[in-house]
Amino acid sequence: MPRVKTRGFSVRAVGDRIFNLTTLAMALVILALLAGLTVELFRHALPSIKAFGFGFLTSTDWDPTTDQYGALPFIYGTAVSSALALLIAVPLALGVALCLSEMAPEWLSRKIGFLVELLAAIPSVVYGLWGIFVAGPWLRDHLDPLLAQYLGFLPLFQGPQVSVSMLTASVILAIMVLPYISAVCTDVFRAVPRSQREAALALGATKWEMVRMAVLPYGVSGVIGAIILGLGRALGETIAVAMVIGNSPQISASLFMPSATLASVIANEFVEATSALNLAALVELGLVLLVFGLALNIAARLLVYGATQRRFQKPA
Amino acid sequence: MADNKMSTRDLRAYFHKVEALHGVTLGFAANRVTAIIGPSGCGKSTLVRCLNRMHEVVPGASCTGQVLLDGEDIYAPAVDPVQVRRRVGMVFQKPTPFPTMSIEDNVAAGLKLNGIAVSRAERDRIVEESLRRAALWDEVKDRLKRPGASLSGGQQQRLCVARALAVEPEVLLMDEPCSALDPISTARIEELLLELKENFTIIIVTHNMQQAARCSDFTAFMYAGDLIEFGETRQIFTTPARRETEDYITGRFG
Repeated sequence: MPRVKTRGFSVRAVGDRIFNLTTLAMALVILALLAGLTVELFRHALPSIKAFGFGFLTSTDWDPTTDQYGALPFIYGTAVSSALALLIAVPLALGVALCLSEMAPEWLSRKIGFLVELLAAIPSVVYGLWGIFVAGPWLRDHLDPLLAQYLGFLPLFQGPQVSVSMLTASVILAIMVLPYISAVCTDVFRAVPRSQREAALALGATKWEMVRMAVLPYGVSGVIGAIILGLGRALGETIAVAMVIGNSPQISASLFMPSATLASVIANEFVEATSALNLAALVELGLVLLVFGLALNIAARLLVYGATQRRFQKPA
Repeated sequence: MADNKMSTRDLRAYFHKVEALHGVTLGFAANRVTAIIGPSGCGKSTLVRCLNRMHEVVPGASCTGQVLLDGEDIYAPAVDPVQVRRRVGMVFQKPTPFPTMSIEDNVAAGLKLNGIAVSRAERDRIVEESLRRAALWDEVKDRLKRPGASLSGGQQQRLCVARALAVEPEVLLMDEPCSALDPISTARIEELLLELKENFTIIIVTHNMQQAARCSDFTAFMYAGDLIEFGETRQIFTTPARRETEDYITGRFG
């Protein structure tokens, strides 16, 4: 019998099926992990959910001594610090990315790009220390008085100026998310085809007009993706924020005041939780953070999807 | 013979240290179609890209010599390349509509540049006129708000022609504009050339010798970075003076 016969078609089909099943199993593990995580969080948070119900999300009262727990100050702190961080970081990151992809010569672009990405390698506790000893006092002594003087009519910039505050936390967060956003945006802008840039230039566009006409519109979904990545980092960042935000469960209009975020309060109070209910409430905060992050990611995906479907059609 | 709208004098182009054009001296007659033919890599595209200062956009690219537009050197130190490109428009090998813009926004893209303010009515007028000139109006007039990229390849290329015409250039450079198009679309672009030369000076790079023979008034044959022969198209294709030209147009090489 000729040996060739043993290499039938079915052998390869079986190999393919094994490969498919293996990769499918690996993919399912991720889903299972996420599901398991959610279930566990939910289970451990159950006492708190039972005790406070939906009021947990709307109550501003967080007091371990009386066993009263409400998440609103932390939701507020997380939302405001992340939003403010993005407000600072996104324009900066776009500027860095445009400089690296459009303006700087190749050799300089590589070096600066490397340095910016190095920012992402610094442990967050180091950022926290730097925030406590350098950035916080500097902001208090130099930026806060200026803001109070010129924008003091806004409630945002009123009240005593302290170094551990919402503003300090947001600035530190902004610096921490900057490299992620700028690195992704740089890649996005570099991926814009040369033909698109040349089309704009050939029409008589200046460099800036070329960026506005060809580079930014082409990269818009990638830029949104980069911002989501940064937002994800900002929402979940724990230790650096815990070190500089002041950890005070209060909602205050002033950015000069201390605050707390979902992540920072969990880090601060978990080891010294006084009661079972306190522990459950902290776990519920984790659950809220998880849902928060998922919801934002889904919303952002839909946004990108909508933007790309409606406006962006790749050339045939 | 018409006056020269553009001309080059000892134009040499470089990519880093490599010389891609070895001193080209050539005139382009006003309101005529001049075709540049030659085998791949002979410097045709590089030559036309020097004519609107697009060559220097590529990192490491540079050139020496003169390029005159109405007698003025566009490489003079005081000249802003952005202004040159407004006067010397360009259509590329592959259609390059802006994918996020509608058909009409694509055509009007150049109008927004350099702070030129045009009224809504004026803009609409220019869009229509440019699309008519590019022989695309009848096909797209009912869907001006649709994405430019929703058009077929041939329509996209004519959209790019309309976009280039909307800013009223004096010279139109076309770098193998039909190489990605089917024969029907190619024929439309060629018809277009004959109409457009009434108002514009056209310089077209092509691989297709029949195309050069059909629609150009003058033809330049290039080989390996040198201008081998230049003359009236009929003369180049019937009685070429140089052996290399004859070999190329009869298909003996290239």
